[in-house]
Amino acid sequence: MWDSSMTALIVQGTFETLYMTLMSTLLAYIIGLPMGVLLVTSDSEGIVPMKMTNKVLNIVVNITRSIPFLILLIAVIPLTRMITGTTIGSTATIVPLVIAAAPFIARLVESSIKEVDYGIIEASLSMGASPIQVVTKVMIPEAKPSLIIGAAIATTTILGYSAMAGIVGGGGLGDIAIRFGYYRYETGMMVITVVLLVIIVQLFQEVGMKIAQKQDRRK
Amino acid sequence: MLPFRYGPLNLLFRRVRNIETNKTSQKPIIEIKDLGKTFRPKSGEVKALEGINLSINQGDIYGIIGMSGAGKSTLVRCINLLEKPTSGSVFIDGQDISKITEKELRTVRYSVGMIFQQFNLLMQRTAEKNILFPLEIAGVDKDAAKKRTAELLELVGLPDKAKAYPSQLSGGQKQRIAIARALANNPKILLCDEATSALDPSTTSSILKLLKEINQKLGITIVIITHEMSVVEQICSHVAIIDKSKIAEDGEVEDIFRNPKTEIAKKMIFSEGDQDPVVMGKNTYRIVFDEKSSSDSVMAKMVLETKCLVNIIHADMKNIDGYRFGQMVIQLPEDELSAARAINYLRSHQITVEEVGTHVG
Repeated sequence: MWDSSMTALIVQGTFETLYMTLMSTLLAYIIGLPMGVLLVTSDSEGIVPMKMTNKVLNIVVNITRSIPFLILLIAVIPLTRMITGTTIGSTATIVPLVIAAAPFIARLVESSIKEVDYGIIEASLSMGASPIQVVTKVMIPEAKPSLIIGAAIATTTILGYSAMAGIVGGGGLGDIAIRFGYYRYETGMMVITVVLLVIIVQLFQEVGMKIAQKQDRRK
Repeated sequence: MLPFRYGPLNLLFRRVRNIETNKTSQKPIIEIKDLGKTFRPKSGEVKALEGINLSINQGDIYGIIGMSGAGKSTLVRCINLLEKPTSGSVFIDGQDISKITEKELRTVRYSVGMIFQQFNLLMQRTAEKNILFPLEIAGVDKDAAKKRTAELLELVGLPDKAKAYPSQLSGGQKQRIAIARALANNPKILLCDEATSALDPSTTSSILKLLKEINQKLGITIVIITHEMSVVEQICSHVAIIDKSKIAEDGEVEDIFRNPKTEIAKKMIFSEGDQDPVVMGKNTYRIVFDEKSSSDSVMAKMVLETKCLVNIIHADMKNIDGYRFGQMVIQLPEDELSAARAINYLRSHQITVEEVGTHVG
């Protein structure tokens, strides 16, 4: 059953998985990071209280977070087609991945930034820092170790989601596992893909923790 | 600890100095007018400050003292508008800062430094980068900022800690870096919110010494919030005692100490906050010596001359703004005539005598 085409398939699947995961994480952070920051700053206790914005943002995040990924994957198909021109393959999968991950990341960012001691923020305000300066020079740099750990969690979660996209022909290792392992009962293939996924998750998690530890000056 | 020699001379100098300070500091740098602050949490409302009027002159070291919960931290935050007052106004250098835009306020804040009990240094930045921080905010050019940072590290005595992170510094060192950071933009005012409360006594006095030095060398007006009378005694020239959201008493430290008028002022001066209350019987008096009288053996002479037997209940020595004062709580005999003789004797020797209630502290 094993031949070089299988190896090629697995190598391709691995690259697709990495591509989907990293690309989605990056795009999701571009949306989720500002959302998370805004969740903190617009809070009634935040540095620029904005009651309505905060409320709307919270509702949007909660709704998106409560839709099961598999349902979301199918529900956004029209949008996916509009953006990427197709609904299958790894590039198409990035759209639902970003939509699902951005609010999750917003919550991760929110909790990381809330860990920053308010005294430090107050001190920077007392020095005449503007809200933008407080965000870019205090909140984000001070929360850096926690943000990096959050990024590792986000990446591995997105990786898990990307495997699910195999159901609708999303490409990557998850797709292979479903097509060969599940539909064709090729257990060997399934085991290989699962082992590869485990290794990739471990790698992201370990690297993330290491960087976070190295960046942490609090101890 | 200064010995008492030159006692009278010292007092004389102090008088002269006071006249001088009064002359140079006629214009208040901080003026608080009828300030009120009410917090409105979900359940009811809390009046944190009410009808506060304060005028702080340039070059003063102004202490604001009160028990915890009296509103002193809120008051200091109203000076740089970290807390927005509900009523009244705050003038910094003649400008009503409660009426200016956020952007203008930020510029005012460059000239009002602040330090905190928990230091509030940026944990992810080195000491040097912490001092650089306010300069970055104010948009000072990089080379000038670097030079200024080196100067400030020198001023606070920590040039070798430039590359250390706050977590590698001791409490006293952290506060020194915080002071350097607060001074970066050459402020006119330095606000200190319980700046020594997290430090041990010897570190506290070294930090207070540094603050005094900064006040004298750079002429920066310093406002000190504290719950410890000893802090006020050590460096403040003026003090306001705040109690239950209002100012109970304010004036020169020497005057308040010599002749406290309100209950709370007496309480602060006597009990130092942490000692057991002194319980007193009838005919109890508090007497205050200054440097001159404390160098004579006034008490002994009084006993000999008036034949009045006194019972000493409590006595201690205080160093106020560099000048030593002694205070004593004595009980005089029931015999009114000899008690009056004793009081007259003391008063005729320029010693402050006042009757105290049965319970102080």
